[in-house]
Amino acid sequence: MSIEVIERYCKGCSICVEFCPKNVLEMDGFIVKVARPDDCIKCMQCELRCPDFAIKVHTD
Amino acid sequence: MAYDYEKSLRPGKLPHIWCPGCGHGIVMKGLLRAMDTCGLEKNNTALVSGIGCASRLPGYVDMCTLHTAHGRAAAFATGVKMARPEMNVIVMGGDGDGTAIGGNHFIHACRRNIDMTYVIMNNFIYGMTGGQFSPCTPTGDKASTTPYGNPDPTFDISKLAIGAGATFVARTTAFHATQIDKLIAEGIKHKGMAIIEVLDDCPTTYGRRNKFRSVVDMMKRLKDMAVPVTAAGKMTAEQLEGKILTGVLYKEDKPEYCEQYAKVIARAQGVK
Repeated sequence: MSIEVIERYCKGCSICVEFCPKNVLEMDGFIVKVARPDDCIKCMQCELRCPDFAIKVHTD
Repeated sequence: MAYDYEKSLRPGKLPHIWCPGCGHGIVMKGLLRAMDTCGLEKNNTALVSGIGCASRLPGYVDMCTLHTAHGRAAAFATGVKMARPEMNVIVMGGDGDGTAIGGNHFIHACRRNIDMTYVIMNNFIYGMTGGQFSPCTPTGDKASTTPYGNPDPTFDISKLAIGAGATFVARTTAFHATQIDKLIAEGIKHKGMAIIEVLDDCPTTYGRRNKFRSVVDMMKRLKDMAVPVTAAGKMTAEQLEGKILTGVLYKEDKPEYCEQYAKVIARAQGVK
């Protein structure tokens, strides 16, 4: 399981950070950072809501 | 498993031009998932759009696409559907494009009940042209051309579509990401004019003039505004004040325009 952030696409809107139910993500300047990957429950909210195609949650 | 959006996108087009936090990207992802669900392919699908931020969407999608004049997407789409009735025609556009400049085309496409899906992304403002107020800007809100507040009453796009004769009308918001693809897929499967209104956020030209501190505030507003149409029956008028209904608002079966027109051709040619 891994969360991939495509930094070239991320515009730093912080929607994923706010709507993550387990507080896995945080902002690192204008780019999102996967701060606590072990807490991820694979709910896919971040991938679903990212307007910029910048987050992928790989579950296998 | 991560959904592979890039298989349906033109290579090298990302990152897209939309501003940070703009909901159009969320709607685009919903559209791609819906097209996948319905099994639409490159050769049998036409994405048509006019001018505006929302109308940039077909440029990113690897399908047959048509980028047309401001507000005229529904008219061009009608032409595509009449010439090639086997095509799945999907129109993408914004509220300014669809209901102000293209208002006439919009209502007449609804009236004809031609078999297409119109996804109208209502972000309450003209985004690309500089934040002028649109017919959907809430009364009292500020835009670049109404710095003291908008005096105009607003359009309810879904009611307009129902009144004009569309046979499938649904509404959702950019916050309700999974509902977007379900409703678009239902609209694609519907035989007749399907209008899917997606309430959207424009942080750059609408949000910052109307005291939204961040994109997240705008998303939370969309979440708070929405009431599922199934739950609204149990709510009082006071509870529904300032809310908008989401879900499938209207559905009926009526004769579809291309089929009716084919009958006219057969009659004119004397085919019995």
